Amino acid sequence: MNVTIRVWRQKNDQSEGRFEDHEAKDLNPNMSFLEMLDVVNEDLTNAGKDPIAFAHDCREGICGTCSCMINGKPHGPESGVATCQTYMRSFQDGDVIVVEPFRAKAFPIIKDLVCDRSAFDSIMHSGGFISIRTGSAPDANAIPIGKEVADMAMDAAACIGCGACVAACKNSSAMLFVSAKAGQLNLLPQGKPEKDARVLNMVATMDEAGFGNCTNQYECSAACPKEISEEFISKLNRDYLAASVKSVFKAVPSTMG
Amino acid sequence: MILDSKIPSGPLETKWEKHIADGKLVNPANKRKYEVIIVGSGLAGASAAATLGELGYSVKCFTFHDSPRRAHSIAAQGGINAAKNYQNDGDSVYRLFYDTIKGGDFRSREANVYRLAQVSVNIIDQCVAQGVPFAREYGGLLANRSFGGAQVSRTFYARGQTGQQLLLGAYSTLSRQIGLGTVKMFPNSEMLELVLVDGHAKGIVTRNLNTGAIERHSAHAVVLATGGYGNVFNLSTYARNSNCTAAWRAYRKGATFANPCYTQIHPTCIPVSGDYQSKLTLMSESLRNDGRIWAPKKEGDRRPPNEIPEEERDYYLERKYPSFGNLAPRDISSRAAKEACDEGRGVGETGLGVYLDFKDAIERLGESVIKERYGNLFDIYKEITNENAYEVPMRIYPAVHYTMGGLWVDYNLMSNIPGLFVTGEANFSDHGANRLGASALMQGLADGYFVLPYTIPHYLAEIPRDPAPPTSHEAFSETEEEVTTRTQRLLTNGGKQTVKSFHKRLGNLMWDYCGMARNKAGLETAIQEIPKLKEEFWDDVNVPGEGSELNQSLELAGRVGDFLELGELMCRDALAREESCGGHFREEHQYEDGEALRDDENFSHVAAWEFKGDGNAPERHIENLEYEAVKMVTRSYK
Ligand SMILES: Cc1cc2nc3c(=O)[nH]c(=O)nc-3n(C[C@H](O)[C@H](O)[C@H](O)COP(=O)(O)OP(=O)(O)OC[C@H]3O[C@@H](n4cnc5c(N)ncnc54)[C@H](O)[C@@H]3O)c2cc1C
Ligand code: FES
Repeated sequence: MNVTIRVWRQKNDQSEGRFEDHEAKDLNPNMSFLEMLDVVNEDLTNAGKDPIAFAHDCREGICGTCSCMINGKPHGPESGVATCQTYMRSFQDGDVIVVEPFRAKAFPIIKDLVCDRSAFDSIMHSGGFISIRTGSAPDANAIPIGKEVADMAMDAAACIGCGACVAACKNSSAMLFVSAKAGQLNLLPQGKPEKDARVLNMVATMDEAGFGNCTNQYECSAACPKEISEEFISKLNRDYLAASVKSVFKAVPSTMG
Repeated sequence: MILDSKIPSGPLETKWEKHIADGKLVNPANKRKYEVIIVGSGLAGASAAATLGELGYSVKCFTFHDSPRRAHSIAAQGGINAAKNYQNDGDSVYRLFYDTIKGGDFRSREANVYRLAQVSVNIIDQCVAQGVPFAREYGGLLANRSFGGAQVSRTFYARGQTGQQLLLGAYSTLSRQIGLGTVKMFPNSEMLELVLVDGHAKGIVTRNLNTGAIERHSAHAVVLATGGYGNVFNLSTYARNSNCTAAWRAYRKGATFANPCYTQIHPTCIPVSGDYQSKLTLMSESLRNDGRIWAPKKEGDRRPPNEIPEEERDYYLERKYPSFGNLAPRDISSRAAKEACDEGRGVGETGLGVYLDFKDAIERLGESVIKERYGNLFDIYKEITNENAYEVPMRIYPAVHYTMGGLWVDYNLMSNIPGLFVTGEANFSDHGANRLGASALMQGLADGYFVLPYTIPHYLAEIPRDPAPPTSHEAFSETEEEVTTRTQRLLTNGGKQTVKSFHKRLGNLMWDYCGMARNKAGLETAIQEIPKLKEEFWDDVNVPGEGSELNQSLELAGRVGDFLELGELMCRDALAREESCGGHFREEHQYEDGEALRDDENFSHVAAWEFKGDGNAPERHIENLEYEAVKMVTRSYK
C-alpha cells in the first residue's frame, strides 16, 4: 500500500512549525506505524534531507515514549493501543495521514513530533510515592490485600505516562494521569497514611505546571492506550475534597517524606 | 592482569553478613560530601540512586531517556524470583541459589549467586511496601507462578507487566529522593565517555540529547547501570534505544569485558515477518506454564495447525525433557526450536517458527482462566500478527533477549577500575552462561537496593576524604575533546549510507555467525568481516543534521559505531571458548544427542578481555571459578 503523511516539522521550541507532505510507498499492511516512519526517514536521509524526529523506544506499548497525534487522535485510530502498536492495516491505500506531536502548554515541543513531558515527573516528585526506607519493610505477606483491591490498584498502575490523556483533553488537563497514580497508592493499605498530603501536593504541582482543569468530558480515558477508567478521576475528586477540608483544620502535613 | 574476585572467606551462608560487618563505614556527617554518579535509571540504577540518596550521599543520576520511568526494564513481562517459599513447595535460599548456578551451566560465581538468593526475599518485601501491585490470591496473599529451569513456584508477578510495576516502584522512591533534593536527576543525558583521574573513575562526559550540549560531571565514584547489549544483533526484544556505549567506553578506558559471547536467545518470541521489521516481541516465558510447544512431525507439513491430528504433532520438549517438559530452560528450548526448523518442520510463512498451543489448557481450565492469566499477552499477539491465539496456536521463534556477559566486577560489584561499579544487566556476575527467567529483575534490584549501598561506602571510606576533582581538571578537558572529535567526525563524514543500513548488516553477521549455534569457520569469517564493515562505516556513513539539536541519527551513529567494535569482541570470545555452555553453543562441542558439551577442565573460568588499543588484538584474562558448595555436574533437564 501507499500513503501520504502530512507531518508536523518544527526545528525547536522557539521556531515556527509547518506541515510537510511525504510519500510512503510499497508498505506492508502488517508494518507498524513507526516502521512506516522508519521507511520515510531512510528515504529522507538518502535524499540528503533531515529525517523526522519522533519519540519511541520499546515499540510494544509499555514505555510510554511514543506520542503522535494521528489524524487528530492521540496514538491513532484504534483504541487501547499506543502509537507503536498502531499498524498500517488500520489505514487505506492512498490515505493522507496527518501526524502531529502531542500538543499542550505543559508539553513544549522539542523538535518535530517530540515534546517535553517532564512536567509529569515533577508531579511524581511532589507525592507519587509511599515514603518507605530501603530495608525497613515488613514481610510482604504481613498485610493481606483483597484480590479486588489489588486488581483495582493494578488497573490504575497500568498507566504508561505517555500524556495521551493531556493531548486528548481540550483543557490539557492531567487529571487522568494524576488520578491513576494517586488512585493506585491511595487504594492500598501501605499508601493510606500519606493519602491526604499526596493528593493535595500532586494536584498543586499539576496546576503549577500549566495543565488545565478537568471539565468531566473524559476524552482522556477514551484516548488512553491502557484504557484507564475515568472513575479514578471521580475518586481523586472525592479524596481531594476530603483532604482539603482536613487541611483547613491543619490536619494534613504540608510535606511528605 | 590479576582479576581478584575479593570473595570473602568463610562458609557460603555467612560470607555476605561477614563482609558487611567487616567493611568500613562512612561517618553520617560526611556522607553528603561524597558524590556518586549513577548512569542508568532502570531497575538497577533507580534502586541504587534512591537508596544511596536516602542514605545521605549526594547522588547524580543520568539517563538518555526523557524520564527514568522509560528505561528498558519497563518492558519485562513475566516476573521476579524470590526464595520466599510462600507456596510451601520446598523452596529455599539454597534451592534458588542452586537452580541459578545450574541454570547458568556452572559458569557463574558461586558467592555472588548465593548472596543474590539471600537478598531476594527482601526485594519482595521492599516492593510490596512501595505499593507494587503484585498479583494476589483471593485470600489476599501474594500469588506465584513457575518459570523455566525451576520445579517450584517462586515467581512473583503483576499481570504481564512485572517490569513496569517494579520500575515504577523504584521510580517512585527515586522521585521522592529527587523531591527531597538528595538525588539530582539528569534526563536526556547520554554518557559518551568515562573520566579517569589517576586511574580512578571520577566522572563522565555526557551529551544533552535535546540541546547537543557536551557536559562534564565529576564524582567520587561512578556506577554504570546501563543495561545489556543485545541490540548488537539489530533485531532483538530490547527497546530500540538500548545500547552498549557506556560499557564500551569504559572498556576502552581499561575496564575488562567479561564473557561477551554469552547471549540469551529467548525461545518464545513472535517470528520475524518482513525486512522492514524494527523489533521482535517477546511472548513471556510464563506462557509455557500452560502452553504446549510443538512442531509437525512431517517435514514441510503446510496444513493449518488445527488440521494436524494429535498423533502427527511432535511435542518435542515434552519428548526430550520429560521432567521439565515445556519449562526446560531457555537455551535448551531455543536450540530445540531451531533444530525442528532446521529439519524442515518449521511453520508459518518463513518456516522459522513452531507452535505454542493453549488448546489443552483452555479445555482444562476454560478460556476465562487463560484470559485472566495471560490476557494482555494474547492481546499483544493479536495486535502484531492479527491472529487469535485462543483459537489457533501462537507461532513463536527464538530471538535475542538478554546478555549475560558484561563488564567484569568483583564481589563488591566494582570493575577492575577503582571507583567504577557496574550493576544490573551491564555486569557479568550472576547468570553464568544462561540466565533463568525472572532472575534479571531480581538481580537488578538486589544490586541496587541491597548490595551497592553496602559496598560503595566501603570504597568511599578507603579513599582520601577530598572533594571530587574539579571539572576543569585536564582529565576532563582531554576526555571532552575525545567526545567532540568523534561527534564532529560523524557529522562531517559526508558518506552515502544510512546508519540503520550498517546496523542491519552488523546484525545479520552476528545472527549468522554468533547466534544460536556457532562454529570456528563462521566466527573466523565474522572476525574478518566486522572490522571491514567498521571501516566502511567510518568512511561512508551518512549522518544528517547538526550536533546542537535533537539528532536521532547522530545518537544511533555513535551507538552503532560502538556495536561494531563489540560485535568483533563477542566473536573473539566465542571463538576462544572451545566448549558449549548455556547460551554459547559451539557445534564442534556437543554430545551425540545434540546436548551441549561443557569442558570443565579447560573452561571453568570467566574470560575477561582487556582493550589494547585500536588495531591491536585484545588480551584475554581469566578468573577461575571455584565451587565450594556445589558439585559441577552435567546439566540435565531430562
Ligand atoms: C521483553 C523483555 C522481557 C523481559 N522479562 C523479564 C522478566 O519477566 N523477568 C526478568 O527477570 N527479566 C526480564 N527481562 C530482562 C530484564 O528486563 C532486564 O535484564 C533488566 O530490566 C535490565 O535492567 P537494568 O536496570 O540493568 O537496565 P535497563 O533497564 O536496560 O536500564 C538501562 C538504563 O541505563 C540508561 N543508559 C544506558 N546507556 C546510557 C548512557 N550511555 N548514558 C546515559 N544513560 C544510559 C538507560 O537510559 C536506562 O535508564 C526481560 C527483558 C526483555 C527484553
Ligand atoms: S514506544 Fe514504548 S509505548 Fe510506544
